[in-house]
Amino acid sequence: MTAYRAEIFITLKPSVLDPAGTAITKGLQQQQYPGVQEVRIGKYIELTLTAADASTAHAQVEQMCQEVLTNPVIETYRFTLEAGR
Amino acid sequence: MNCAIVVFPGSNCDRDMAGVTEKILRQPTRLVWHGETDLGDTDLVILPGGFSYGDYLRCGVLARFSPVLGAVVRHAQQGKWVLGVCNGFQILTEAGLLPGTLMRNRDLRFVCDQVPVRVERRDLPWTCQYNVNQELTLPIAHGEGCYYAEPEVIASLEQRGQVVFRYQGANPNGSVGDIAGICNPQGNVLGMMPHPERASDADLGGTDGLGLFQGLLAWYGKHACRN
Repeated sequence: MTAYRAEIFITLKPSVLDPAGTAITKGLQQQQYPGVQEVRIGKYIELTLTAADASTAHAQVEQMCQEVLTNPVIETYRFTLEAGR
Repeated sequence: MNCAIVVFPGSNCDRDMAGVTEKILRQPTRLVWHGETDLGDTDLVILPGGFSYGDYLRCGVLARFSPVLGAVVRHAQQGKWVLGVCNGFQILTEAGLLPGTLMRNRDLRFVCDQVPVRVERRDLPWTCQYNVNQELTLPIAHGEGCYYAEPEVIASLEQRGQVVFRYQGANPNGSVGDIAGICNPQGNVLGMMPHPERASDADLGGTDGLGLFQGLLAWYGKHACRN
């Protein structure tokens, strides 16, 4: 078994209104950052797991994302996976 | 009418619910810890409001994986009653018993208020004591009560009459279509953000929510008589 480390980035789908992101966009524009166009807020999850090989680990993280870590109604995700300590 | 109220770590409206079913309606009531897997001979299962598992990750998602949820899903599949209020509504959507999801309120504020809520249909056990278009005043208290679903899901809900309660006047959280509560197509599973249990005792300032529980009891009585 090998240890793997996954970094998972979850964001709201582009079609879903992100009220927190909108609030921060306005806040930044009102400061001295008028060039800011859009802010989207997401979640970052670090996860370590052991698996037989990289493709098994990848499949497990994929499944966790779909079944638990994200709500497919409103969220999308991407992740990186590396063999690590 | 045997009532079971599921208690998750973080539930905080469980005893309010029991106060209604046990003390006001005088029905046998059991508080069921989330680790149990048997609901026994239960007619009505209630997922109460609160902050199950601290709302970590997303509201309701971790509760969905509690051992008791398997029994709740089976209960629903048998056509028996399941009521989810506030966090309970969030759990029902995460568990797939109701479509859509509850998002952060449009204005990013936790809203604690009394709001007007319109009854959309009265042919359900939940609403048979009300009139169609009757306006109730019900308490709300939530930070993530903005109902959202894909447009085709909303269209299907509207077409099948699954919207049971709708906010009147100012929409407090940005819910699509002013939706405050929905049921499944069969009508035995109801999820709602307003708290009927907090409006069931005149001493606490209002009784507009009591009709929901009395409706269940009346419906149950009629059904039992037929058998």
